[in-house]
Amino acid sequence: MGRKLLLEKAHVAGITTYEVYRREGGYRSVEKALKSMSPDQVTEEVKKSGLRGRGGAGFPTGMKWGFLAKPEGVPRYLVVNADESEPGTFKDRYLMEFIPHLLLEGMITSSYALGSNRSYIYIRGEYVWVAEILEKAIDEARANGWLGKNILGSGFDCDIYVHRGAGAYICGEETALLESLEGKRGNPRIKPPFPAVKGLWGCPTVVNNVETVAAVVPIINDGGEEYAKIGIGKSTGTKLISACGNINKPGVYEIDMTISVEEFIYSDEYCGGIPAGKKLKACIPGGSSVPILPANLLLKTAKGETRMMTYESLADGGFASGSMMGSGGFIVLDDSQCVVRHTYSLARFYRHESCGQCSPCREGTGWMEKILWNIETGKGKLSDIDLLWDIQRKIEGNTICPLGDAAAWPVAAAIRHFRDEFEWHVLHPDEAQQRNYGLMHYADPIHVPQPVMA
Amino acid sequence: MSLCFSADKLKEVQQIIARYPEGRQKSALLPVLHLAQQEFGGWLSTEVMDYVAGLLQLQPIEVYEVATFYSMYNLKPVGKHLLEVCQTGPCMLNGSEGIVAYIYERLGIRPGETTTDGLFTLKTVECLGACGYAPMLQHGKYYREHLTREKIDELIASCSAQPVSASH
Ligand SMILES: Cc1cc2nc3c(=O)[nH]c(=O)nc-3n(C[C@H](O)[C@H](O)[C@H](O)COP(=O)(O)O)c2cc1C
Ligand code: SF4
Ligand code: FES
Repeated sequence: MGRKLLLEKAHVAGITTYEVYRREGGYRSVEKALKSMSPDQVTEEVKKSGLRGRGGAGFPTGMKWGFLAKPEGVPRYLVVNADESEPGTFKDRYLMEFIPHLLLEGMITSSYALGSNRSYIYIRGEYVWVAEILEKAIDEARANGWLGKNILGSGFDCDIYVHRGAGAYICGEETALLESLEGKRGNPRIKPPFPAVKGLWGCPTVVNNVETVAAVVPIINDGGEEYAKIGIGKSTGTKLISACGNINKPGVYEIDMTISVEEFIYSDEYCGGIPAGKKLKACIPGGSSVPILPANLLLKTAKGETRMMTYESLADGGFASGSMMGSGGFIVLDDSQCVVRHTYSLARFYRHESCGQCSPCREGTGWMEKILWNIETGKGKLSDIDLLWDIQRKIEGNTICPLGDAAAWPVAAAIRHFRDEFEWHVLHPDEAQQRNYGLMHYADPIHVPQPVMA
Repeated sequence: MSLCFSADKLKEVQQIIARYPEGRQKSALLPVLHLAQQEFGGWLSTEVMDYVAGLLQLQPIEVYEVATFYSMYNLKPVGKHLLEVCQTGPCMLNGSEGIVAYIYERLGIRPGETTTDGLFTLKTVECLGACGYAPMLQHGKYYREHLTREKIDELIASCSAQPVSASH
């Protein structure tokens, strides 16, 4: 069993209530921080922990906090990103639903470090009941003196508010999120200026993912160095993985980043293998935006090493033969699934979610969706595959926000690794309407070039 | 007929505005639109949007811009029960297409359509953050997960049995 830092207590009966959470040791990090540490010391511990942002980009949290501008007399804000709309990702919901006070505790401690007296949780609009759970927890925390004025006599004031979005994946992008929180359309802003300098209402702001902020609790309780001892290399601590698709036990798992991808998929402690005697064909290991990998490259790197559930190992090989940890949305496809159809569904998603500000993204996502639909329904041409490749290249890197890249990468990776499945659709349109391409060679051992001995 | 929130709801609007600093009541727009949609029949007519603009001292255009951007705001009337089936990749892997087809079989409506009795509207939506519990749909405030034909039958039966009050 791996170590659990966030979900260890998530299933204690009554843990959503303040009494039980407190009895189980909750809010200790707030006591420790406010009574015995300066805000900078809290930030220092987060730096030492090596914690990386859990929202997708993996940026070091302590460093991000260090960039926050602190002009005299200007308020600063902490905004928690609970927009969680990346297909495959449902971990933040789990944490908020089962152990809401953990997020609040992390927010109060983080708000103290950042000097935020008003902190917001931006939650996706559809999570209505989760917002209600949070509101209730906030009321309890306030009634017990953990929010409000002069918390624990420290002179620090803090309040937390929940703000519901209204259905827009793009509002997970941090500057679109801030626009939305200001009551506008979720159009991403051009950076710089970065939110750390000009964020919410023009004030310095830190935007962090739910899981990132929750991880501050064990970091302050046990110290950054203790946290950094868990995991491998720069993948410190634990990570929530939401696993879905064709597996026996879909759900949210907290892993310490020391296990292999193979163990994660097949062990009973985690996904429990592939159902109905089918075989692993492909996997998108970090949410819909990251490259899809065929079974062979998923379990082993191109160098033939065991692929691990760490930031570095999942990215090993770059986009040529690797993927990314992303948001931890782990999507598994068995051998009865069609990669073309799945890629089409993601392309439709990105077209639907493009805010439309930049032409490469607005037009390109529409084109990709149409072409993929044609290929999937037997109306494609071989040249369409090259056209798709060309379009995704023209989107990547040419847009205001990373949604453009996020739309391009899944298409690029699908063509890179599954080109013959695309070609089969084009060359055998009738057959492709009757059956799927199947596993073919996608799980065959990879040929690892051996160094030639002199 | 001019619209107005009840006294209770007006108090709620004031509480929402108070979540934001002085002079930032525009931030209350998304939550107040949710409230308005819930109170005024499940969708946002121009009249409703203009009313919200007045409440928050915004130009009507500021409200239209926002209402048209976000997928949860309905700009057309919808049936009393809105069934929003997730169709994105992970749900597709677990049979969301079969759910849409079965709802058609039962109710005769395709995505975007409403039953003639005005009871049900079917919509397909993109990932709702329930991918591990697929296939799934949102019904009003709640998620219905691990859907099967039987569960759809039950849902339709319970919605049809309910008298007036809206489920939004
Ligand atoms: C299109 C798009 C969608 C995103 N969606 C989310 C999201 O739902 N949740 C999230 O935490 N971060 C999301 N991000 C990343 C945020 O922009 C930001 O990097 C993150 O909230 C920072 O928090 P972290 O450093 O704690 O990870 C998204 C980014 C993009 C480009
Ligand atoms: S890349 Fe797409 S989503 Fe991002 S700002 Fe441009 S159009 Fe909008
Ligand atoms: S794909 Fe349907 S809930 Fe995520």
